[in-house]
Order: sequence, then structure tokens, then C-alpha cells
Amino acid sequence: MDKALQVSAIKEGTVIDHLPAERLFDVINILGLYNSTDMITFGTNLDSKRLGKKGIIKVANRHFEGKEIDKIALIAPHANLNIIKNYEVVEKRLVEIPEEIISIVKCFNPKCITNNENVETRFQVICKSPIELKCFFCEKITHEKEVVIT
Amino acid sequence: MQKRDLISITDFSKAEYLQIMEMAKGFEKNPNQNLLKGKVVATLFFEPSTRTRLSFETAINRLGGKIIGFTDSSSSSVTKGETLHDTIRMVSNYADLIVMRHPLEGSARYASQISKVPIINAGDGANQHPTQTLLDMYSIIKTQGRLDNINIFMVGDLKYGRTVHSLLMALSVFENPIFNFIAPPELAMPDEYKRFLTSKGIRYFEHREFTGIISEADIIYMTRVQKERFTDPIEYEKVRNVYILRNKMLQQTKPTLKILHPLPRVNEINEDVDSNPKAYYFTQAENGVYTRQAIISHIMGLI
Repeated sequence: MDKALQVSAIKEGTVIDHLPAERLFDVINILGLYNSTDMITFGTNLDSKRLGKKGIIKVANRHFEGKEIDKIALIAPHANLNIIKNYEVVEKRLVEIPEEIISIVKCFNPKCITNNENVETRFQVICKSPIELKCFFCEKITHEKEVVIT
Repeated sequence: MQKRDLISITDFSKAEYLQIMEMAKGFEKNPNQNLLKGKVVATLFFEPSTRTRLSFETAINRLGGKIIGFTDSSSSSVTKGETLHDTIRMVSNYADLIVMRHPLEGSARYASQISKVPIINAGDGANQHPTQTLLDMYSIIKTQGRLDNINIFMVGDLKYGRTVHSLLMALSVFENPIFNFIAPPELAMPDEYKRFLTSKGIRYFEHREFTGIISEADIIYMTRVQKERFTDPIEYEKVRNVYILRNKMLQQTKPTLKILHPLPRVNEINEDVDSNPKAYYFTQAENGVYTRQAIISHIMGLI
């Protein structure tokens, strides 16, 4: 039986699957799902062949795009999004880390201008696994463990 | 014409490095040229750096330009809480070129996005100081006659020292450099730079202390080992005297060897080295004026 069916099905919306179990609440957080009035179900520590333990989030009536998907990719690079319409999966989308990341990550360097003045952050992705982001301004590298999503 | 800035040493191509070297040579022969006549240059020093500021202001004066600016942020509207954004917006309405030094990293890149006029970065925190690198390169080409096949020893604080990082990047575009790093483990060259050299197939060697191998050096580039970089003061005490260059250590070195240092020095080059013709750090500082004249002329499209 598909693990996604262990929690109740949704009619319209998105199933975010293959999240690292320990990052589940981070994903809820960065997507601002705690403010949602639509039905959300989530599970964690579910068995996964690929990840060992995985997390899953089902969000009714919501589709994600652009920056939101980039945010998911940064903390759950192996996640996929199942787009649900009328209880059917109409599209499966793998998240992908873009070549350039604008405004969604904080530079780890406290002396960077972006942490001291109102400047939109901008990073070149120099490595996707593990994630290494080079700040366009201070040129310092923010490593995967230091990634803070704003 | 698109505005040119000099924020990071990698903003310039190899051809431009060589062009700057050639122009600096011209300014050394004939320093007083009125290329900046009628132009206003702003020197904005948000933190004090007397040496760099005097070098730039000498270069501007020798080019016949006029200078406006401030020497530290306490004498500017920054103390009233003005943002860098607003300061740059305002000054770029007045001046034809902005030379800026700022304690925050990335500030110069940010300023270049706001400013209508070119920006030259005279140091942004621990990040970049590209005019220092170009004057280091000019000192190398002037004394060695080449920038290819240079065997350079970088000594001291290789972890935080922006000058060694930028010089490494710049020399890596030339043929067959060899890098030797002499530093305590706490201040070793960061992995990202070693990975960069490996990816380009450039040889480098790491040493804990000075050995007889300096007999192969064309250039020894000394830097300060700063006490505040160590979390454990005992560690500092252990290494503080390991990275001092003394005159007797230079006996077996090449006759063409030159010793560079971005200055100011503390004790890392013993004073008995100063009278050795291989000591080059004071001339290196003088070279800064010619190199900065060349950089300004290049950025402004004056030659």
C-alpha cells in the first residue's frame, strides 16, 4: 500500500512527499502552513526505502510555486510534490535547487551588508549536494548546515 | 558605455591585469599627468585607513583630480543613522568616481549597484581589497619580470588574510604558479581555495614552519598573525614566534627573491631584514600609488 494513503486523501491540493523526517516541521514553518485555514495533515517517521524515515505533508486547496518550491528544495532536496486534482495525482514534480537564489536565504556572515542594511540577499549555488551558496555581496559561502530560510 | 567598477579582484580579466601593469609602469616613469583634470573623486572612508587613503589621494592628486570625502564615519552623516544606500545615492550625484572603504563585507558590491558612477573598493571588511592585489602583482612583475612561473610562499594568517586570498586568485590565471603555504593549523589556507587550486591543476604545498625549501622562492609574502584570531591565548603564544622572518634565514635564498608584506607589520619581519636588498615592502607601498593611478585611469576610460 502506498505510504501516502496512510493519512486521509485530499480532493484538491498538494502532497509534499519524501521530506527528511527531522525537517518536517521546518518545511511547515517556511511555507507558513501554521497560518493556513485549509485542512493540513502531516506524518513523520514513516518508513521510506530512500530516506529510511520520511515526513509527508498534505495541504488541501493549495499549490506551490516559484520561491516556495525553492525553499522546500533548500531544506528537503529530495522532496517531491504531488499535485492532486479530484483525488487523482495529476502531476508529480521533483523539487530542484536553482542556480541562483534570491531573497529567501539569510547570509550566514554577520558582517555581510545584507545582515546590516535592507538589502535583498542573492546567492550563486556552487554545490547542490551538500548545499554551498556563495553570497553575491560578501562572497562568503553559506554551507548546508548554516542555511536559514527567511 | 557601461559603467566599470573594481569591487573584487576577479572583476578584471588577465588582459586587464596586464594592461594595468603596463599603465602603472608608465605612471612610475611619469607620475604627474593631468588626466583627471576637471573631475571630482569622492574618497569615502567609513572606517579609517590612513595608508590606503593617502595612497589613493596621492594618486588622484598626481592625476590632477579634486577630492571630496571623509576619513572616518564619525565625521559623516553615518553617525546620524544614514544608510549606506542613501550616502552612495547622494555622493554619486556629486562625484565622477567613488573610492570607498567600509567595515561591512559586500558593502562595495552593494554600493556599485546603487551608484551611477564607478566604485573602486578600497577594502570591504575581511572580504576584498583588489587595489592591494594589483599593487602586489605590479611589485612581482617589476622585480621578477614576469607573472608566469612564480613560486610564491605565503606566510602567517592564511585563513583570514584577504590579501593572500585575492593574490592567489589573481596569480592562478597565469602560467604554472606554485604556491607554498606556511601557517599554523588554526590559520591554514581555507579548503575552498585549496579545492580551487586543485580544480585548476595548480600545485600547492603546505608547511607548518619555515624550512630550507624557501631557497626555491621567488616571492615570500608575509602577513601578520593577529592575537585576536586565536580563541586560546596559549595557542597564540605557541605560534607567535614561529612565523618571524629573520635575515639569517635568507642566506640560501635566490638572489632575485623579494619579500612582500601588505603592511603594517608588527614583529613578523625582523628589522634586521630591512637592510637586505631582498626586502621590498616599502617600495611595494610606493608602487601602490602608480598602480592606483593606473586603476583609476582604466576605470574612468582615461587612457
